[in-house]
Amino acid sequence: MSGFRITNGGLIDRSTNLNFKFDGRSFAGHQGDTLASALIANGVHLMGRSFKYHRPRGVISAGASEPNALVELREAGRKEANTRATMVELYDGLTANSQNRWPSLENDFLAINSLASSIFVAGFYYKTFMWPKSFWEKIYEPLIRKAAGLGSASKEVDPDTYEKSYAHCDLLVIGSGPSGLMAARTAARSGARVILADEGSALGGSLLFEHEEIDGTSGSAFAQTVIAELASMPNVTLMPRTTIFGWFDGNIFGALERVNDHVAVPPAFEPRQRYWRIHAKKAVLAAGAEERPLVFGGNDVPGVMLSSAMRHYANRYAAAAGKSIAVFTNNSSAHRTAIDMKVHGVNIAAVIDTRTNGKIINVKGGKGIKSIDLADGSHFECDAVAMSGGWSPIVNLMCHRGAKPIWNETIAAFTPPGVGPQFTAIGSASGKMLLSECLSSGIAAGTLKGKSPAPPKCKDEAFAIKPFWWVKESTGKAFIDYQNDATAKDLPLANREGYGHVELAKRYTTTGMATDQGKLGNVNAIAILAEAAGKSISEMGTTTFRPMYTPVSFGAFAGPFTGHHFQPVRKTPLHDWCGEQGAVFVESGLWMRSSWFPKTGEDWLASASREVIATRANVGLCDVSTLGKIDIQGKDAGAFLDKLYCNTFSTLAIGKARYGLMLREDGVVFDDGTTSRLADDHYLMTTTTANAARVMSHIEFCHQALWPELDVQYVSVTEQWAQMAIAGPKSRATLQKIVGDFTLNDETTPYLAAKDITILGGLSARLFRISFSGEHAYELAVPADHGNMVARAIMQSGQEFGIVPYGVEALSIMRIEKGHVAGGELNGTTTAGDLGLGKMMSTKKDFIGRMMSTREGMTDPARQCVVGIKPVDKTMKIRSGGHLLKQSDAPSMANDQGYICSVAWSPMLNMWLGLALLSNGRARYGEVVKVFDGLRGHHYLAEICDPVHFDRENRRLHV
Amino acid sequence: MLIPCPHCGTRPVEEFTFLGDATVTRPTSLEPSSMDAWMDYVYLRDNPRGDYTEYVHHSGGCRAWLVVSRNTDTHQVHSAIAAKTMKAKS
Repeated sequence: MSGFRITNGGLIDRSTNLNFKFDGRSFAGHQGDTLASALIANGVHLMGRSFKYHRPRGVISAGASEPNALVELREAGRKEANTRATMVELYDGLTANSQNRWPSLENDFLAINSLASSIFVAGFYYKTFMWPKSFWEKIYEPLIRKAAGLGSASKEVDPDTYEKSYAHCDLLVIGSGPSGLMAARTAARSGARVILADEGSALGGSLLFEHEEIDGTSGSAFAQTVIAELASMPNVTLMPRTTIFGWFDGNIFGALERVNDHVAVPPAFEPRQRYWRIHAKKAVLAAGAEERPLVFGGNDVPGVMLSSAMRHYANRYAAAAGKSIAVFTNNSSAHRTAIDMKVHGVNIAAVIDTRTNGKIINVKGGKGIKSIDLADGSHFECDAVAMSGGWSPIVNLMCHRGAKPIWNETIAAFTPPGVGPQFTAIGSASGKMLLSECLSSGIAAGTLKGKSPAPPKCKDEAFAIKPFWWVKESTGKAFIDYQNDATAKDLPLANREGYGHVELAKRYTTTGMATDQGKLGNVNAIAILAEAAGKSISEMGTTTFRPMYTPVSFGAFAGPFTGHHFQPVRKTPLHDWCGEQGAVFVESGLWMRSSWFPKTGEDWLASASREVIATRANVGLCDVSTLGKIDIQGKDAGAFLDKLYCNTFSTLAIGKARYGLMLREDGVVFDDGTTSRLADDHYLMTTTTANAARVMSHIEFCHQALWPELDVQYVSVTEQWAQMAIAGPKSRATLQKIVGDFTLNDETTPYLAAKDITILGGLSARLFRISFSGEHAYELAVPADHGNMVARAIMQSGQEFGIVPYGVEALSIMRIEKGHVAGGELNGTTTAGDLGLGKMMSTKKDFIGRMMSTREGMTDPARQCVVGIKPVDKTMKIRSGGHLLKQSDAPSMANDQGYICSVAWSPMLNMWLGLALLSNGRARYGEVVKVFDGLRGHHYLAEICDPVHFDRENRRLHV
Repeated sequence: MLIPCPHCGTRPVEEFTFLGDATVTRPTSLEPSSMDAWMDYVYLRDNPRGDYTEYVHHSGGCRAWLVVSRNTDTHQVHSAIAAKTMKAKS
């Protein structure tokens, strides 16, 4: 390869000198270069190694379709693998490294795979590594992954930021070539809101590199005039460096704006990339057409490139691909390359046109071209080959919602399907091959109202093509899909082996499955497959086009929602007080809950045990604000609650609380909690922390969809109240000190009382005498803003009684001691009966889940129901998850009869105990069972007992 | 997909939660003979390619339950009305 910098011309700024490194070697280029053009100008053609054979590869294209020149761009946290060198704008200090080579790009040890290529045929992996099965995971896959791979991801944190944004417009123009510019200008002049997006660094599309004449001036000068006019209009948004990557429902387009990929480090407060969602009333696809490679021996030797790419590099970047070139084509467009390159002083060694039966059968050379062999026996020396297999309109976006493109025989290409007036294709993206057609179709598409203005005058270059798909006489390997090393021979093979459907052949040969998604190779593959299958190209059809058009980084999808911003943090109104008391917080859903309050030297168990002992001996204070609280009001509130709960609430006395159980419509328990009646038409429901949002949605559904005739209103008040449990024999004495003249006793505040009171000389509060701990206990709710102050006051008040703060761990220990069910038991499989709460289900009314809970399977006595469990060896620790077997049964899941749901160390009983679900469990108290813990590989004996381990007579509730 | 919420206007699908078929009716009978109807109500759902009418919760908006009619194939949304209104009509 002997690329060089052409001495004048091009859209590069020769006054700049940008230094960059590729594989550790230093080079220089100019502002306006891409990494690929700068490497070509420096004589570097070898830019990568292929996926399977590790063949040396050079740049093929000058744009987004590039399959070969994939590099790891930048370093450390900013490293980006599989980046197309053709799309990377050069900047000073750029570093890039080649991929998939070992130990170096020049000397790749694994290129030996190429010599063994006769066994690396399509389906090779499937055929070879099927057996023995266990070898796949341990041996074959890791080996293949090491040998065949693309770039590696950085394991460091990306220091840059990414943004998300929305945009709305009357017309979105995708692509800024001649068609797109005309559409945008026409619509913009009529006052429409226009967005013009282009994936390139500069607007102008093909006018940036093709020699055209429009309105008596050069194509590039014409483009600059139009762009300047558009830039001056307030109703136009120009978005260069922006790839529209997908078309979605509602005419919404996904776009990725590379805001700062063209600099080493984004300026302060600017993102690297911005992810756009563009809502377009109308959109036009002006993405142009992609030139196809020809399929012939050695068509992957570095120095073989698309004919248009060679012009592109020479005309726009002043980078000539070689000193002496051959042109190989099946259509008229490649002759432009010969003319343009000649003007740049490059020798034209040969122009080989399949329309006159010219065929290259092999390209000789390893890391660069030495010569070409023709089918007629002639040879030519050259150092670059320009090839053109025709042009494929870039139809991808129009097929993203399921439509299939349509084969057009005249231009030998798939053209976009009609998808409705909201999204139309124009210019060469619609198969129009003449410049005049591009300009006029752009103007027509941009005419949103009234009559179209006259198009600018231009010179047309006639286009003619005679399809030619594969030089079968090739002596060297003829590649279809460069990146995945699929050759032309693989497709007939796939057909012979029964994988002739286009979607099957894709998977069997891996054609079109690389990061470029077959942008260059697919049409050639379809044509060759169609021939092998004896079908027309139209019958064969295409594989499915899906977003994303080009890869989009995870960073752009994540946007700003990373790290601490990934999800919101919910803090309870008592968070500050908990912090003052030394709480250790745990995440529980979005909540930060105080888990335990350790003193110096205590671990979690010591702390929680001390909290339990102190609470049961004296008094403890616990933050229970995370419980869901739903305020329900209205004439029919009681009737509505009767529908929601399996037990009855319409009969609940005003000023009283009741434990309620909610079922799902299938009869399984959904949620539980206490609900209080504050007035005739006013209830306050509490839910579990985990189900608060689900219960709210359920209530909304039940009312709005099932019983809208009920006069009831509801609103979540979870965040409006700080709620604390005050539990223990000294809880009443502690509270008495803050309730002023009000006397707390069993007459004014009996068990299950719920009442409004005044505390601390004027603060409204709600007091509930309810208990989860089994102690004489209260829950006090105060407006959220007063929470911390009230908690501090209670601590002060309880100081003389030895009050302690206790956390969720202590709360959980106490509920397990008392056999109260919670998340471990309300696990989406249990019925009210399973929980020992079957009698709560009313037989006098309809309620959600009633009918289904009467099914045979739901009332089977053999069902697993909640029991208590304790180890026979009282010094032993038990763990949840262990399965329960009959004592005499072998330790195997075949003998499974239930499992342990919740365990705790009981400081009151000085042993580990738990709650379990056991088949026919209530009839088995006293039975010794085998606990089989297959995960930890052991088993032990435990005794089944009543779930209420502690204070079975509930005396402590009433002390 | 955009859903025209009758309260909030046209909003993106991310604001909504889908539940399923809105044409099923909760049985009123509690007689054992009605069990088949209950089983159908709780478990049996069609999964058509084409037009479908389903309950959709505007969970990230006004929190109204809507009945949305849409095409599962083309994703075209035909209508969205409040479930409350739907029930009142039937």
